[in-house]
Amino acid sequence: MRFEHVQKSYDGAVLVVKDLNLDIAPGEFVTMLGPSGSGKTTCLMMLAGFEPATHGEIFLNDKPINNVPPRKRGIGMVFQNYALFPHMSVAENLAFPLEIRKMGKAEREQKVKRALDMVELGAFGNRRPIQLSGGQQQRVAVARALVFDPDLVLMDEPLGALDKQLREQMQYEIKHIHESLGVSVVYVTHDQTEALTMSDRVAVFQDGVIQQLSPPDDLYESPQNSFVAQFIGENNKLSGVVTDINGQHCAMTLDDGTKVSAEAVNIGAVGSRATISLRPERIELSPDQSRENIVDGQVKEVLYLGDHLRIVMSVAGNDEFIVKLPNGGRHPSPVAGQNYSLGWSAVDAKALDPVD
Amino acid sequence: MKFTAGLTGLFALSAVATVVTAMDALPECENCGSDDMTIASWGGAYTKSQDEAYHKPYSAMTDVSIINDDSGAKAVAKLRAMNEAGNITFDVVDVVAADAIRLCDEGLALEIDFDTMLAAAPDGTPASEDFGDLLVSDCFIPQIVYSTTFGYRTDNEAWAGAVPEDVCAVFDTENFPGQRALEKRPINNMEWALMCDGVATTDIYDVLSTDEGVQQAFDKLATIKDETIWWSAGAEPPQLLADGEVAMSSAYNGRLFAAIEEENQPIAMLWDAQVFDLDGWIIPTGMSEERTNRALHYIKFATDTQRLADQAKYISYGPARASSAPLVGQHAELGIDMAPHMPTDPDNAQNTFLYNYEWWADNSDDLDAKFQAWLAQ
Amino acid sequence: MSAHIQAPISDQNLGHIASTDQAPLTRDGKPLKTSLAKALRRDKLRAFLLILPLLGFIIVSFVMPIGDMLFRSVENKIVEQILPGTVTALASWDSTKDELPSEFVFATLADDLMLAQELKRHTRLGNRINYDQPGISSVFRKTGRRIKRFDNTAAMDALSAMNSVWETPAAWSSLRSLPDFSSTFPATAQSLRNWTRYVASEEGDDVDATSLVPHGFTYSLLYHDLSKLDSGALQTLESSAADLFAGISAQLPTMTSENFRQQFEDVDDGWIDLANWQTIQRLSPPIVDSYFLASVDAERTALGVERKPTNERIYVLLFLRTIAISLIITISCILLGYPVAYLLATLSVRTSNMLLILVLLPFWTSLLVRTSAWKVLLQQQGVINDILVWVGLIDHAGRLVMINNMTGTIIAMTHILLPFMILPLYSVMKTISPTYMRAAKSMGASDSLAFWRIYFPNTVAGIGAGSILVFILSIGYYITPELVGGTTGVFISNRIAYHISSSLNWGLASALGAVLLVMVLALYWAYDRVVGIDKVKLG
Repeated sequence: MRFEHVQKSYDGAVLVVKDLNLDIAPGEFVTMLGPSGSGKTTCLMMLAGFEPATHGEIFLNDKPINNVPPRKRGIGMVFQNYALFPHMSVAENLAFPLEIRKMGKAEREQKVKRALDMVELGAFGNRRPIQLSGGQQQRVAVARALVFDPDLVLMDEPLGALDKQLREQMQYEIKHIHESLGVSVVYVTHDQTEALTMSDRVAVFQDGVIQQLSPPDDLYESPQNSFVAQFIGENNKLSGVVTDINGQHCAMTLDDGTKVSAEAVNIGAVGSRATISLRPERIELSPDQSRENIVDGQVKEVLYLGDHLRIVMSVAGNDEFIVKLPNGGRHPSPVAGQNYSLGWSAVDAKALDPVD
Repeated sequence: MKFTAGLTGLFALSAVATVVTAMDALPECENCGSDDMTIASWGGAYTKSQDEAYHKPYSAMTDVSIINDDSGAKAVAKLRAMNEAGNITFDVVDVVAADAIRLCDEGLALEIDFDTMLAAAPDGTPASEDFGDLLVSDCFIPQIVYSTTFGYRTDNEAWAGAVPEDVCAVFDTENFPGQRALEKRPINNMEWALMCDGVATTDIYDVLSTDEGVQQAFDKLATIKDETIWWSAGAEPPQLLADGEVAMSSAYNGRLFAAIEEENQPIAMLWDAQVFDLDGWIIPTGMSEERTNRALHYIKFATDTQRLADQAKYISYGPARASSAPLVGQHAELGIDMAPHMPTDPDNAQNTFLYNYEWWADNSDDLDAKFQAWLAQ
Repeated sequence: MSAHIQAPISDQNLGHIASTDQAPLTRDGKPLKTSLAKALRRDKLRAFLLILPLLGFIIVSFVMPIGDMLFRSVENKIVEQILPGTVTALASWDSTKDELPSEFVFATLADDLMLAQELKRHTRLGNRINYDQPGISSVFRKTGRRIKRFDNTAAMDALSAMNSVWETPAAWSSLRSLPDFSSTFPATAQSLRNWTRYVASEEGDDVDATSLVPHGFTYSLLYHDLSKLDSGALQTLESSAADLFAGISAQLPTMTSENFRQQFEDVDDGWIDLANWQTIQRLSPPIVDSYFLASVDAERTALGVERKPTNERIYVLLFLRTIAISLIITISCILLGYPVAYLLATLSVRTSNMLLILVLLPFWTSLLVRTSAWKVLLQQQGVINDILVWVGLIDHAGRLVMINNMTGTIIAMTHILLPFMILPLYSVMKTISPTYMRAAKSMGASDSLAFWRIYFPNTVAGIGAGSILVFILSIGYYITPELVGGTTGVFISNRIAYHISSSLNWGLASALGAVLLVMVLALYWAYDRVVGIDKVKLG
């Protein structure tokens, strides 16, 4: 599956999707992640065929499908609200795509049974969707999208309506089904945890543009720009001016005059402004003097979260600087008003495009 | 009912009656209650004519305000329901003669002593003689004579200049092609059918009393059934004629007058074999004595010679009193002489027919079922 | 409607509460069930009080009138009330024999009619019987005018000749006080009751009827009652009431009464027409089925229930036609309303609100105006025909007949009732998520297949609701069919209206209404069986 220079506009004035290029390998699980209005669902709808691309071409198995109607694309789809047909039983819902493919009754029943067993709902075939719980409905929707063995399954925020616990459980189930069937999945969500847990690769959308397309760990560890760094996981921002670039490394002077070194990822020339992205758990309280960066800060608030302490500090002009301290049970808890020195490695500090 | 013979003579004779413009002063109403009274009538131009000729003068004279209720044909059913509920809200009701007979039969209408309760003619002729044969029921005070007659368009090209001269032109689709309209009920239609099938006028009801006679009438009507539109509201036929939907239609003469004289439609009247019918007042039974007295007082005023003549200024229906005929003047707005437009005018009334109320009272249920069945076939 | 509206039942909630051996108690020691029932009872009572005004309103304004209507369709007390003596006397007459009722029956009829004409009720009775026996109303009317002039003194004279006490009211007082008076002289007793009412009506309440001797009709009935007694009974009378009946055994055979039958015959031949008497006897009970029989074109004759002659059958045809046309109207409404409702449901809210106003616009114009507008459009010299002639599709002679027939009724009523189809359809369609269609297409369904298999079944509820509304409304319509229906497009309701307001045959109107009501209920039941009433949704 491949998007080539795809653009989309609804009103002829604003491009909702700007020059999208995306290549998905067979069997891959790709998530489109982004805030609402970022164009991710539009991409999915273009892929499914419900929205035509304004410009560019979409290929499925190397064949252009812009002029192929949705029903001929052979793509399975799971909708946000499941879209289970209320007037049909669960088994009839599953049999529907098979019937359309003129499959014999015996084979149809066998496939429906297998699909229901796969989602552990073998006993629910005769129920109406409305008689099922939300999680069960969701599983039926997944089973229905898979029952006719499509090469590609699209899922449009399928877990959005579930409560947190159920959502987590379903993430694993979908992941396992994906792994056992080897089908390609394009998954749309605005929930980064979902994206990180399930995907082979994640495409982060913003303003109709893919900001970064990477495996989940890369996305977290090596964000390509400030938006991604900010969007994925928690993140401390430190703004300043680049003073020196040395290959992978750079030196920066923060706005309050503090000098720090960071990994140069996405910055301009010396003298330009940049933002350092720093994950809260990579910061050490009262570090060795051998640390590359050591900065002073004052504790403003301490939150006890069981497995870790969350400390809000004022550091280098940033009053919302977060530090996560694993609850090792050894050192005493910091107290608001105390001053500490903080340290981090230069590789953990990513110098990215300026946000202001 | 033999008033067919008497009626035209009656009006011819009355021409010699002296013209008196006002009746003797109406005495004050004794033991009369209520400052207002409700009069049920037919609405439209008809109620307007009553308003002008009766209600306004009476209100001016007595300070009683009159509320018009336009129940029309439904008044009879309403009156019966009021009687069952024991709450009569109509003080006086305007009904056709056949309904008056039935209401009288059922005890819903007050019996009238015509000579004491109604005003005598200006020359002293008692009311019972002045109304003469038109007193068809003990409860019914006749007001107007109207007729159901035929109107036809004067611009039918297919008629090649032929002008219908008698009622049987309705059945003559060869010389007078085109659509017809007839009332959707057996009364009148059955009589005309027999009349035009060679039955003598005097024998019509004898013939109609037999199954063969009924079939004969239906057979005659069947010859024009395909070309006939059946109307049920009096306003329909003038409209059908004016729109050119039909070439010829039965209609109430007052409606045709309005279409011809007031709206200048290309329509003419065919007075031949017009069927007279009567419309008049009844006073409901079951009212308090005060209200009954008030109703009687009103009736005495509204049915005197001058008042009946006055009504004819506004609508082309003939006054029911012989003594009113010479007083009929000109139309209040058009200024034309009304006498030639009266169904009772000797020129118009050369061949008239009065339907037999009693025969229809006996047979309308039965014949109506047969008529509807015939229509539906 | 669809799953997402329902709060998802979370899997954790599916477990059940473990039951204990003992019935649970509340903290004050009462059984939990009792406390709960008490709390619920209060709620139920409050709920009942809340609906009480509406319930009362419905009972007064809906249930009672319908009950009254249903009752009127069988109610027939009038004959028994106006002819009480005749009804009793006629009970023993065998109507199947080719023989007129006895002189005794004629005597009771004369006695009853004497009172009836005094109370002016005989013509009302005549009109009632005339519904079943055309022509009889004038028989009653004529007889009423003549009854006062009937000879009736023969029996009075004969009894007075036997014993002059019969010239005095005292004789009647002692007759009344005889033990077994009512059972020995039933017709006389009835006649005395009639007489009392007659006096009250004629003279006012201040005259005591027992201070007068009754009129000759009562003497005649006493004579007939005496004639019916056997000789043993007569002899007993002679001894037990010697002051009245001394010598009656010997005198009675020589006595005569008037020949009332001859007098009736002289007034009108109708009284020697067997069919008239059979009808009176048939209509004697206070509850009769004659209106219902008439409403299905049947009648009861001497031979039992029979269908009316072909040329009088009208109601069954009209019932069937009413149903058929109503069905056609309902189907036309579905065909025309479905696309409109679909459009309304799929367009943006702004546009659809605008269109909705257009749909509702007909509601704001008077029914008569709308119907008249159809006349202007559809008549042969009307707008549509003019356009067709002008375009050249038809020639002047071939103008289409689209009004004053069934077509006119169907067109005008479909127009009038269309909103009742569109609104429920629209509100149901609005709840159908567009993702259903997308889901179906993503699974490979073509547009038409997705529509018929997925969209359409979900709108059946709306079609059902709309159809029931349209069908039931159209089955009861009468103004529009009356104005544009001509002869082939009128409904049974037009006949009901005719009988209510024109012929005043309210019994038949009620019976027709009751049959219509039963038909609607039957169709409703059938609908429930086939489609299921729980599937009906107004939104």
